[in-house]
Formats: sequence, structure tokens, C-alpha cells
Amino acid sequence: MTIKLPIYMDYHATTPVDPRVLEVMVPYFTTHFGNAASRNHPFGWEAEEAVEKARKQIADLIGANAKEIVFTSGATESDNLAIKGVAEMYREKGNHIITCVTEHKAVIDTCKRLEKDGYRVTYLSVQKDGLIRLDELRNAITDKTILITIMTANNEIGVMQPIAQIGAIAKEKGVLFHTDAVQAVGKVPFNVNDLKVDMASISAHKMYGPKGVGALYVRRRNPRVLLAPIIDGGGHERGMRSGTLNVPGIVGFGKAAELCKQEMAVEGERLRKLRDRLDDRLHKGLDEIYINGSTEHRLPHNLNISFAYVEGESLLMGINDVAVSSGSACTSASLEPSYVLKALGAGDDLAHSSIRFGLGRWSTDEEVDYVADKLINVVTRLREMSPLYELAKEGVDLSTMQWQTD
Amino acid sequence: MAYSSKVIDHYENPRNVGSMPKTDPNVGTGLVGAPECGDVMKLQVKVNPETGVIDDAKFKTFGCGSAIASSSLATEWLKGKTVDEALAIKNTDIVTELSLPPVKIHCSVLAEDAIKAAITDYKKKQQATAGKSVEERAPQPTV
Repeated sequence: MTIKLPIYMDYHATTPVDPRVLEVMVPYFTTHFGNAASRNHPFGWEAEEAVEKARKQIADLIGANAKEIVFTSGATESDNLAIKGVAEMYREKGNHIITCVTEHKAVIDTCKRLEKDGYRVTYLSVQKDGLIRLDELRNAITDKTILITIMTANNEIGVMQPIAQIGAIAKEKGVLFHTDAVQAVGKVPFNVNDLKVDMASISAHKMYGPKGVGALYVRRRNPRVLLAPIIDGGGHERGMRSGTLNVPGIVGFGKAAELCKQEMAVEGERLRKLRDRLDDRLHKGLDEIYINGSTEHRLPHNLNISFAYVEGESLLMGINDVAVSSGSACTSASLEPSYVLKALGAGDDLAHSSIRFGLGRWSTDEEVDYVADKLINVVTRLREMSPLYELAKEGVDLSTMQWQTD
Repeated sequence: MAYSSKVIDHYENPRNVGSMPKTDPNVGTGLVGAPECGDVMKLQVKVNPETGVIDDAKFKTFGCGSAIASSSLATEWLKGKTVDEALAIKNTDIVTELSLPPVKIHCSVLAEDAIKAAITDYKKKQQATAGKSVEERAPQPTV
């Protein structure tokens, strides 16, 4: 089998639309173009019916009731709606929110904004494996705590937080629990009742649906979660999110959810094997490479590795026919490496040397072998010209060296 | 990030990668940058003591493609120059030659620092040996 270049191995960033998804979307751009809020003619009814079908398909994927699905423009909006919506609605109950340092920026920056508005936010630290400590969470809860927001699976390192235990603690303490479940839903089993989640953000384009559409699961019973809207208007989505619904997007989202539900078990197992194949090959071909984050509590299709003594950007330059993501951001003036990797306590040098691999529906054995072989070559070559590798081989402890910096 | 063809050429075919013995009195070594900043350069020059001309230059760099290219280019330029001529190499010359974008100017600055550090090291060694021949029995200066 010949390999088509470039190879896409960045499925955490986005995924292509599955052709089966696209197929069901197309008529809703043209012939079935109605506004789902038009109540008095067949064009509207047809659109509404399609939206309700999709709502059910998405609810089924996460074990929810269709009425608990609120459509949004994507998971960033869903995170904003959940956090700001709770903050405003429950302001009289309290002003304290608990989150974690490795959350997506859509959560962290939303929390930071609320801090400016007088809310208090606790950012839980993570252990070396990327997991929060449940006792730290428990100790952080006060009678002013109104929300815990902790992601299900991390977008960089694929580490899965103990969501069921967090849900149980939140329930016991009577605090609402939101999770950014973007990277997990459709990839691993996720049931809002088993996990005792009150709100969950999901996104279509991370699960082979279209971009520009997402959803927020909002629990209706035990407890009934109330949210203040962040977008005002015609009162769509039970008043929680005004704006004409993106009918073709939602139809595609529904189909994508249905396919994920049907194929998740087989696909997850296939990707786990593929991921382990990549990991094995790299470990056989190279010394001093380190997996970032827990290998046990991890998405099956994620691998995040630091290649000691080589810098991430030069590494990416050497594998320019492979689409992956680096934890290094040498292009920015600040030279800040990934805050997620830094939070794990990996040295800045290892954070600069990291690559995130995201496998997906169309990844193959051949692609994995090609990427592994190429990386082994490039890392070996770059190490031969790395002064750090040379020093380390001479037995110098790099962490104790004095570096000349400006 | 789009790289210029010259940066790509130096990245793919780096000139003068390697190391020379740090203890050789005619070799000056500069090690600049820091791993946590994502750039470390080691640049070495070997000076002919008779003529004061740089006979050989070697580098090893941990850093992005532009950092590798800047140090590779520096070693090319150093060969055949006198020590004083080498000190006249400016980071802006490297920026121009490699068409570095503004976010990569720090790579050229680091290369200039590496040249200066290597030559300073060479000069220190020369002074140390000169001093030694005058006061033969005097205690060794710590280098």
C-alpha cells in the first residue's frame, strides 16, 4: 500500500467530516433549508424534525435525555455558557469556582474573566501523571463553591481525569459539576448519569462532524440546572442559547454521534493497538524518550512524547510531511512552552521537545510505521548536532548547569 | 512557519557540525543560551597561533531550524577570518543572509553571542599560557 503524504496525525485538533455525515447534511443546505424556529409551514417543521432527531442521537451517545441537549456554535461557547451561566444564576448562593491548571483555555480564560468580576477561582494542580488529587478537590470545596469544572480528557496529553469520583464528590457536597468532554465523547464510553455530570461540553468537529457546531448537556433532573444565557435574542434552546439553529451542522453532528456510538468499541480498540505500535517502534529506535502523562488513564488514540535533547520546532521541521502538534511555541516572543506540560513538572527543556500524536478513523499501520521511522531518523540526526546530548553523554547533569542567559 | 530556502538548506545540510577538544589551547569554546529557552549553541574556533587566523570552526545547536542555520552559517563565515575580523560579524548580517523573520532574530543574536564567547575563551587561554611562560613556577590560574 502506498502512503499518501502529508500524513494527518493531529486528530485532537480536528477531524475530517465522515462522508456518511456529509451525505445526510447536504439536503439541509439546499432543499430542506427551513428555519427550525418557523412554526407555521412545512419548511420549518422539516428542519425542526431534523434537529430533534439529531438531538436524540447526541443524547443517546452520552446517556442523556434529548431535552438536555443545548446546541451551540462549538465547545468554546459551551464552556463559556456553562461557567458564566452558572456563575450568574447561582451568584446569591456563592462565588467560588474550582477548576484545574491543565484545562483548555476556553475554561481557564472564562474563569479568569469571572475573577475580574469578583468571583474566586481555585486552580487545582496536577500530579506528574496529569491527574488531579481528589483530596485536594475535596479540601477546596467551601460553602461558597457553586461549580466544579474539570475536563474529561486533556487535549494535549490525553489524560483522563477521574470524572466519576469527581461527580460523586460534587453530588455529595451539593456543588454543580461541569466537564469539558470534547476529546472524550465519541471516543470512549461517556454516560452523564454514571459519571454524575451536571453539564458537559461537546463538539462535532472532534468526532467526524462539521466545524461550527457543538452542544452543552444541561441536566434537567436531580438537580435541575439553571443557566443564565450569555447570548440574548429569540429565546431558542429553551432560552439558554438564542440564535437560529445551524440545521445542516446539527444534522451532521447527530449522524456523527450515531456513528461514534455504533463504532466506538471497535474503533477505540483499533486505535489503541495503533497507538501502542507507534509507541513501541519509537521506544525501540530511540533512548531517552518520555511519555507525558499517565499511560493508564489515557485516551486510546493519544500519544504525547518528549524527545530529550532535541528542540520541538526543529523536530517538526524534519517531519514536515507529517501533521502533528508540538508543545513548543518558539515562534512566539515569549518562548513559552506548553502550560500543560509545565504543569506536569516536566522541565521546560522536555516541554520544548514534545510532540502530540493524535490518531483517528483513517490512521493506518503504514502511516504509523512511516512516522516512527522518520522520527527515529530525524531525532538521531538532531541529537548528533545537539550540544545537550553531547554534554549528557559526557555525564554532565544538565539540570545543575549554569546557563548564560540574558 | 515558512522558512527561507537558505534556512532549509542549512538545516538539511548543516556545515561543520562537530566538536574539537575543549582543552586544546588553540581552541576557543562558546556555549550560550539555555534549554528552558529552547536554544543552546556551542560554537568552537581553532586559531592558528602563528597567523591569528581561524583555521577551523565547529558547532552543535539545540534549537529551531533558524538557530541551527544561524550557527551553521556562522561557522562558514568564521573560517579564514582573523580573530578581530570574526568579532566584527554582526547578528544583522546573519538575519539578512538567511532572511530571518522578526520572531527569529533572537537566533542570530545567539549566534553572535556564541562567536564572541568562543573568541573570549580563546583569548583567555592565550593569556593564561602567556602568563605561564613568564612566571613558570607561579600557581596555575583557575580557568
